[in-house]
Formats: sequence, structure tokens, C-alpha cells
Amino acid sequence: MSNLSHLDALEAEAIYIIREVAAEFEHPVMLYSIGKDSSVMLHLALKAFYPEKPPFPFLHVNTTWKFHEMIKFRDEQAAKYGLNMLEWKNEEGIKAGINPFEHGSSYTDIMKTQALKQALTKYGFDAAFGGGRRDEEKSRAKERIFSFRNSAQAWDPKNQRPEMWKLYNTEINQGESVRVFPISNWTEKDIWQYIQREKIDIVPLYFADERPCIERDGNLIMVDDDRIVEKLNLKPEDIQHKKIRFRTLGCYPLTGGIESEATTLDEIINETLGAVESERTSRVIDKDGGAGSMERRKREGYF
Amino acid sequence: MNGLLKFITCGSVDDGKSTLIGHLLYDAKLIYADQEEALKMDSKVGSRGGAIDYSLLLDGLLAEREQGITIDVAYRYFTTDNRSFICADTPGHEEYTRNMACGASFADLAIILVDAKQGVLIQTKRHARICALMGIRYFVFAVNKMDLINYDEEKFNAIVAQIEELKKNLGLANVQIIPVSATEGDNITNPSTNFTWYQGPTLLHHLENVDIQAATADESGFYLPVQRVCRPNHEFRGFSGQIEHGTIHVGDVVKSLPSGEEAHVKSILVVDHEEQEAGEGQPVTIQLDREVDVSRGCVLESGSGLQTADAFQTELLWMDDSELTVGKNFIIKLGTKSIPGIVTKIDHKIDINTGEFQNADVLKKNEIAVCEIAVTEPIILDEFKKHRTAGELILIDRISHMTSACGIVTKVGGDGAKKVLHADRQMRSALNWQLPYVIEFRPGQDGTELATISEAEYNLVRAGRHTYLYQPEAGEHYARTVKALSDAGIIVLLVLDADAEVNTKLSSESNYKTWSSIARGIAEPTSQQISAAVFERTNANVTLDSNNWVI
Repeated sequence: MSNLSHLDALEAEAIYIIREVAAEFEHPVMLYSIGKDSSVMLHLALKAFYPEKPPFPFLHVNTTWKFHEMIKFRDEQAAKYGLNMLEWKNEEGIKAGINPFEHGSSYTDIMKTQALKQALTKYGFDAAFGGGRRDEEKSRAKERIFSFRNSAQAWDPKNQRPEMWKLYNTEINQGESVRVFPISNWTEKDIWQYIQREKIDIVPLYFADERPCIERDGNLIMVDDDRIVEKLNLKPEDIQHKKIRFRTLGCYPLTGGIESEATTLDEIINETLGAVESERTSRVIDKDGGAGSMERRKREGYF
Repeated sequence: MNGLLKFITCGSVDDGKSTLIGHLLYDAKLIYADQEEALKMDSKVGSRGGAIDYSLLLDGLLAEREQGITIDVAYRYFTTDNRSFICADTPGHEEYTRNMACGASFADLAIILVDAKQGVLIQTKRHARICALMGIRYFVFAVNKMDLINYDEEKFNAIVAQIEELKKNLGLANVQIIPVSATEGDNITNPSTNFTWYQGPTLLHHLENVDIQAATADESGFYLPVQRVCRPNHEFRGFSGQIEHGTIHVGDVVKSLPSGEEAHVKSILVVDHEEQEAGEGQPVTIQLDREVDVSRGCVLESGSGLQTADAFQTELLWMDDSELTVGKNFIIKLGTKSIPGIVTKIDHKIDINTGEFQNADVLKKNEIAVCEIAVTEPIILDEFKKHRTAGELILIDRISHMTSACGIVTKVGGDGAKKVLHADRQMRSALNWQLPYVIEFRPGQDGTELATISEAEYNLVRAGRHTYLYQPEAGEHYARTVKALSDAGIIVLLVLDADAEVNTKLSSESNYKTWSSIARGIAEPTSQQISAAVFERTNANVTLDSNNWVI
């Protein structure tokens, strides 16, 4: 133990992990989901190798239902830092017209889990960084930092490799891979404080603004384009304009906003510290299927 | 505010670990409202029939909920007004001991639960021993379920005596014993109102206030295990890693191990900021003022007294389902070095219950033993008690790739080991009746063609040679594969594209030859000529006849 501050210790741990992967694996990739955790991951990757650029590409799995502002932000970041930003869409899913309104949890499977597996297989990545944190959800709380995946990319929670000290086991066979979570030990509060300290760019959707939205199953869903209007037969009077922000970002029809006045990082941190609900409640995806739904998806290959 | 405290909870199954932490979080209002709602919902089907089952806050895996047990470590993060905490709640079942050990490797303090009805059990002793092995120096024994023994002081004192004995046997320092009830909330966050004879701190009060001294406080010198070489361009060559102990300044002299070469520090990047000085725990990239031989697995140091050796003694926890037998081969990971090694001897295993030394030829899962290990080349290490990071290691199975054991270095060097170790490569070499050379070919440049090399390999295999024609893909980092093949005693015919860069680390090995250097001036060799030359080069004693048979 040393005299580093809490954030410095978390940063040091993450950077150690990121460097280990770059040194030990042949084809690493960093998953980039455009959210605040991805912004932190990108920032850590830029720092870890400075003055070298991150020696691996970034991969965005695009379900085609992301907020427009997210895609714009992604492209700006890639250009700003000269990143090799790969994008993957499940073309079969698109052809079949898979969408979050009619296909429920199979939408997540096809457009996210399957798409991710396709991309990892296609490029032959043997290590993929993810921004998962243990404070987000109970099955994540149990996952190793270096999480082994068999050749079918499945997770076996009952038989995880022991992980001691920072001696990460990076040995795998052809076709196998690991998912690596450098910010496992960060909390939502740590993320926000680090973003503030390091002045990290994040998608403007995290800050409160007046946005068109509808109320659906108790969630405030933003009307980000006309597809939702068509799918739900929305009439102009259905759409309200509220000052909302998002605590997590994903597919806009599945991501609930919260009413908020927080337009600065300080205000967001104040709201977060006083938060009465943990952040994943605003993601419709976790409740679908009850307790254990995240673990089931992870076993099938979801991040 | 006191600094971050990482702690684990352990103890035998059903001692109520998850319930204890669940209650701690609940009392301190540290759980979010929606988790509370989920908890109430889950409790309806939980093992306490409607009353809040605090353990459901932590047991996250489906199998755990179904069976009502903890299988794997759950990490929880919480902050009170006085301290931030990371808690690893670990499983009590013997079967999942290795998961408990993971949590222990991460923690500064261990809360060991003891069931007041049962007292100190074998599993309690096992966990205390593993915690001590993994380097934990602060202990809380929480004597739980006091409500079930009617808060009886005498019964509690009998358990205290058992704990004192355990403390003596394991040489534990900094031990606090607290009587609690996890379900009723006695002495968790508030002093118990059910009994007054205990005047010590509550669990939370102790956790908030215990003064944790840095585990590395007694270490000496500066050392930095190198993770990777940072080389963005011709001007910059830096060595990245985390400082494990000590401080370093620009201008200081550091030594690179194992080569022993010295150089001055030219610049220090603390992550991405140029600084004059850096200290323990910081991720840095250091440039030196002259070219020295440094790569991943090397250590930069000054005044640390770290040692270089190819054999050592270790106390290890065997975690694999299969048994450990003497002579088994592993990948040993120590610091940033991964290297083949072999368990040359089991000195003795340690009886979990009594602490007695016992002779053993094999180790079974969850057993602790002192063993001798030899590695294939000298590595940088030290006793765990002198330099923690330089004395921590894991053993990885070479086939299943499971992390089979974890351990600490108890003595550097060893005798008897050396012979077995060096016989390893030589033995393979002798058994195969060949010298495992790596021969580099450049089709189109050195007069060879892929087709003739391939045919030459056929000739060689037919003649009884163990060869492998390896053609890396463009941009592939082939050095490790080639090195592994060569270590396994195989002759590698390394076919590189005309523009592929030579891996200098590999090509500087004494068994690395280019085709041109053994071609004896033949401009456009036939497959026969290639196989004859390679055959001769890889075996000093035998030659081939015109039919490629051994004479």
C-alpha cells in the first residue's frame, strides 16, 4: 500500500492491467460503447502508453439504435486522437428488421451479444477490454478482472480462474479469449470524480437539457428520431419536452432519462452522491427476466 | 477521513458472512433504494421465509441463490463518513477455497467469522492460515450468532481461548475479537443492547478506525518490474511499469536485472506527465541515458537487494482439481515474468488443523505445502517478507491453463533443483537426438523457395527429426511461439516474408541461425541440400545418405 489518493490508486491499477494486456496478447481490442465508462477507458488507454498511441484498435458494436449524439461524439473522439475505430453491425439482424420494440430481449441478444461475438471472431481478437464495473450489478460483482471465455465465447461463472494479487493469468489456447475489466473496482462516483479531475470529454446527453420524450413503463424515453414515432404510433401530443439527463447511455428506446437540473459535473456528482437508485435501474434491459438475467446474458457471451 | 480499507470476510460455511456484510450495508443505509426493493422481493423466496435475508444482497450468482451458499467472491464498495471500503465476501465451502484465497490476496484486513455455537472449526483455521500466507496482517474474529447462545459470556470466553491459540500458532499480529449477531445486529454498527459485558468497539467502529500500516513499510530500495518497452519512434525508448517500492529521481543510477548493466535515469513520465521524481505505486515510463538490455520481465532497481536465481523455495496453496506431483511442469508467473518451471520437490505439506509438517509425494486441492521450484533461466525475485511483489507467484497448468497454485517465495536458491532444471532442455534435446535450432529462411532473398523448404522439412521428418515449419502472418509477434517450440526441443524452420523485421531478442539467441549462415555458399539450394545442411547443423554425430537415411 502506498500513499496514492483513492483515484490515483484506481488509475494505477487500471493502467497496470491495460499494459499487461498489451504486452501479453497478440490481438487486443478495446470495446468502445461511447458511454462515460468508455470515455474513462479511452482516457486510461491514452495515458497508459503515452507518448505511444494505444497499440490496439477500438471496437464499437452498433445496434443502429444508439442516440445520434453518441455516434457524432464517437466520430469526433476517433478523429481527435487518431484512433483506429472499428464499427460492427449485425447485418443479418438489420435485414430481419430486429428492433427493440417488437423483439424484446432477443433484440439485445441479436444486435448486441451476437454482433459482438461476430466481430470478435471476424477480427480474431484474443483479448477484449470492457468497461464493466463490479458495483453495477450482482453477477458483475463476482467476475474476475481477466475473465476467461471458451472458444464459444461463453463465461463459466462456477469455474473461474483464481486471480491472485496482480498476477493475471494470460495463457489461452487458439480460439479462446479473455474479457478484461480494468475499471472493475471503480464505483459510479469514482468515474464522475475522475472525469472531473481529468477533464474528460463525455457525450452531452449526460447533462440535463430540454429533450423531447415520452413516458413508457415508468421510464422517460427520448424521442431521438422518427422510428420510435412510427413504431409506437406517437401523436404530437404524446411527446413532452422535459429537462432530462441520462445516467447511462445505450440504445435510446431502452434507456430511461431522469428529470434533472444538473448541467455541470459538480451538479451531477452532487446528484449521484445523493442518488437513491443505482444506475442500472434506468436500463430497461436488466429488469427483463428478473434476478439473474444479467448473468444469463453474460454466460451467453454478452459483455 | 481515514484511507481506503480493503477487507475480506471469511470463515466456515453458514457462519453468516454474507448476512453480516448485508446487515452492515443495510444498517449504514449504504444500499440504494432499488437494491433494497429487489432485496425485499427476493427475500420472499429466500431462506428466511419473508423476513429480510441480508445475504441476498451479496450472493449474486444464480447457483448461489438457488443453493443458498456463496460460491465466488463478491466485491462491494461503500463509504461511511469516516472511511471508504472495498469488501470481498468470500465463500466458506472447502470446495471453493481458491475463490476465498483470491479475496485474501487483495485485502489488508480479514474478518474471520466464528459460529458461537460451534467455536473454531478446521475451516476457520484453514482460512486464517491462507490469509496469513497471502500476507494479511490485520484480523478481526467476529464471534457470530451470539443470540443463539443467549449472549453467554463464558461460552464466548471459551471461544476467545481457541482464537488465542490459533493466533499463537500462526503468529498473527493485530487481532481484534468482537461478539456479534449478524441477523439481530448486535455490535455490527451499534453496541449491543442485549448484553453489557462486552465493552470493546463495534465492528464498523473498528473497521473505520483501525490504523493500517503499509505492508511494504519494511522493504528496502527502489524496484520497478518492467511491463513493456514503450517505443513510439527512434528518439524515445522508455520502460513502463509500476514502482513496487521506493522512489526514483531523474539522474539516479539504476541497475537493470538480470543483465546487471547500470545507467542514469534520463526522464520520468508519471503516467503521461514528465516529473523529476516518482514513488511507490505510481505507473511510470522511465528513459535511461544509454542503451541497456531491458525487456519485459526485467527489473530496474537500486539498493533493493533483489536476487537473481533459477531455483527457489515456496510455500504454496494448491488449487487445482488434479493432484500436484513432483516433476510437474508449469508456467510460473512472478512479477512481469512468465517462465517454464518445474516442481522439483515437495519438502512437506502443512496440516491445516495442527500446523504439523507432513511428508508428501502429492498434493490435493486446497492443501498447503512447502515446495522447491526450478525455472529454465534465472529470474529476479526475493523472499516475500523482504519484497512482497518480488515474492508472489502463481503456477499455471501448461495444458489446461488453469491457475493451479499460488504461493510466496520463502527462500531464494536451492540445491538439487539445478540438475533437474538444466537437464530439461538438454534432456529433450538428447532424447530427440537433435539440437533445437531455429533456422531463419527468407524465400526470394536467400535463394530458397517455400516449396523446397517444405520438401526439405518432409525429408527431415522422414529422417526422424522433430521439426516445425513456422510461417508467421504479416505483423505477427512470432517470437514467443518460436521460443516455445525451441524450448520444447523442436527444430524450427522459420519462414519470414522478405520485408518482415527480425526479432532481435530471438535472433540474439545462440541457437538462432539464418539459412545464409549455414548454406555453405549454395546459391539456389534443392530441398535435399537444405535438409542435409539442417540435419548436419542440428546433430553433430550423424549424417544423411543420399536417400535421407541416417548412416
